[in-house]
Amino acid sequence: MQQILDALKQSVMIEDVRTQRDDLIFITVSETQAVSAITHLRDRANFTHLVILTAVDWLEDGLFQLTYLLNNPVEKTDIGVRVMIDREKARMESIHHLWPAAATYQRELREMFGISFPGSPRVNETFILDEGWDGPPPYRRDFDTLKYSEETYFPRPGRSTNDPAEYMKSMLYPEVDND
Amino acid sequence: MRSNDDFLSKKIVYGPEGDEIEVDPIRDYYCDAVPQVSKEYKRAYPGIIDRFKNWARSESIWILAYGSGCGAIEMRPLMTPKYDAYQYGIQWRPTPRQANLLMVSGYLSLKTLRIVIRAYEQMPSPKYVMGLGSCTINGGMYYDSYNTINRLDYYLPVDVYVAGCMPRPESLLDGLELLKKLIREGQGLGADIYAEKFEWYKANQKKILKSWNMPDYSW
Amino acid sequence: MSWTLRILYALLTLFIIMNVGLLLNGVTRKIYARVNRRVGIRFYQPYIDLVKNYSLTNLVTHGVMFYLGPIFRLTSGVGLILFIPLIYGSQGFSNFSFSGDAVLILYFLFFGTLGMALGSGESGQPHSAIGVARGLAQVTAAEIPLVLSFLSVFIQYQSLSITEIVGAQQGGILQWTFFTNPLAGITALLAFLGSMMRSPFDVVLAPQEIPIGPPTEYHGAFLGVLQTNRAIFPVAKTILYVNLFFGGAVSWPALILKAFLLYMWSVVVGTVFPRYRVDQSIRWFLKVPLALGLLSIVCIHFC
Repeated sequence: MQQILDALKQSVMIEDVRTQRDDLIFITVSETQAVSAITHLRDRANFTHLVILTAVDWLEDGLFQLTYLLNNPVEKTDIGVRVMIDREKARMESIHHLWPAAATYQRELREMFGISFPGSPRVNETFILDEGWDGPPPYRRDFDTLKYSEETYFPRPGRSTNDPAEYMKSMLYPEVDND
Repeated sequence: MRSNDDFLSKKIVYGPEGDEIEVDPIRDYYCDAVPQVSKEYKRAYPGIIDRFKNWARSESIWILAYGSGCGAIEMRPLMTPKYDAYQYGIQWRPTPRQANLLMVSGYLSLKTLRIVIRAYEQMPSPKYVMGLGSCTINGGMYYDSYNTINRLDYYLPVDVYVAGCMPRPESLLDGLELLKKLIREGQGLGADIYAEKFEWYKANQKKILKSWNMPDYSW
Repeated sequence: MSWTLRILYALLTLFIIMNVGLLLNGVTRKIYARVNRRVGIRFYQPYIDLVKNYSLTNLVTHGVMFYLGPIFRLTSGVGLILFIPLIYGSQGFSNFSFSGDAVLILYFLFFGTLGMALGSGESGQPHSAIGVARGLAQVTAAEIPLVLSFLSVFIQYQSLSITEIVGAQQGGILQWTFFTNPLAGITALLAFLGSMMRSPFDVVLAPQEIPIGPPTEYHGAFLGVLQTNRAIFPVAKTILYVNLFFGGAVSWPALILKAFLLYMWSVVVGTVFPRYRVDQSIRWFLKVPLALGLLSIVCIHFC
């Protein structure tokens, strides 16, 4: 694994390395160098399988963290390439020329997070959400889905929630006064 | 987001001899009449022929073989030898034109709601709707989801609810028995309630299905 | 016989045959269910289904031909039953058969399918169109051995009148056409499976393949008419076979018993065998049954 990282360091500046297991490493690269890093890993280091492309919403830092998880099927090792992009102007280069399946992941991220991938095929079409969706991208953490559901879909009154912790407390200690 | 609007906009098509025909799909391909209330609804008491017809309708319920959510997996055992709903006269039909009962089996996302509304409106009346599971009653497990509806009876007239997450096939059979009793008493009036409160149902549907690219009533 | 009496006898025949057909449908489904180790549907369920279908309160129609499609189909069923002499020797129940009626009967066998095809096509439903294409292709292939075996019977008895053919078969079991002309009999039994539209040749109406095929858009009273025809038409075809190959009958119980046993042949084959695709079934019909049919015609001449 280490020689792969060394070969990669020749062309790309790696900002962070996290070793989770001896066959799984996460590296963080900058936005402009991400696609060349992934191309290097696919062509030179034999990570030919794209497992997933997903995003994490760091609301407090104002960043999206994209993770490209690549897999080497011969040596059975994984490497995750993380890219931090800005949350307000969320755009990233598309990698559909490396793997055609990446177009589907990018469609999902475009619809659910609002990250645009210019050039990806069919990326602006409705995919998962209904055609008439006009709210904010739902996977963002500042989207309150309970509030949206209560306002839009007519909830039936009389719904009560049983918190398991409260229930266990009242079962185990019935003589204690609950306030 | 792109939608299917360009299929339903006005356009020019060419006939077999090259003549131009202007087509307005919503008006020309679909019928824009509203459903009417049937005569049985307005009658104060059922006569003997109505009672015979209701008995026949209750003894031969044809379900639309459509499973939209988790409940489909509890509806299928009814066709197997163990629970055998066929002995009660319940059969499954593949097309909504020949079905009487629409089983909404579980949660309904917005995309599925479009399909279910169109399938329900294509069924000939008298027709019934049965809601399976808690998601049709008050949203169930997905009450806080941005994509699923919370109350089915604001969009379709429901006759029987079967509670559970998911109810077992025995509960389904019990619900079907209750539906048969309702039909025999003349209370299976879902289609007429839909026709009577048509504007209210349509307003609810159009409120949540914001891109309305269907005719108002899919005959 | 006076015409009022003839009409009354015709109506009585229709009533009996419709009941026989509906009960046969119900009993067949019960047998299917029992073979699958289920309790099964009630044997009088087709009656309730008919009442329910006729009691629908609104109907959607797609035009004149859509309305006429089931009527054509019912016409072919009713026409078939009224032109076959049912009970040999009984003047009342020979209905409207006269000499030269075999050609008319062959016409009625195919007429209903054409009417159904036109009616389903008018509805504009693509599943109906696919079902109609499959159905017509399969019926065309299945009719070839049928007509060949019928021709061989007509050549053997030198007559086109079914009453004469039945009369020539009286006098013992070994006089039946099935035993005097075994090749034609076997071909006819194989072609019978194709015309009954049961497994293995039921891909046209299979609900798992395409939503019920040609009758996809038919509901309510239209479907009621189609179900009524489904009760009459197979029984009529079976009685035609009984008259041509198995010696006809001189009384109602004998006729119903023979028709039931012949119907059970298709039911038994249907329970055991899975479904053929359309091209497989066409290929099957053009192999063994066609060869046997041609052989039976040739054999009539030379043996």
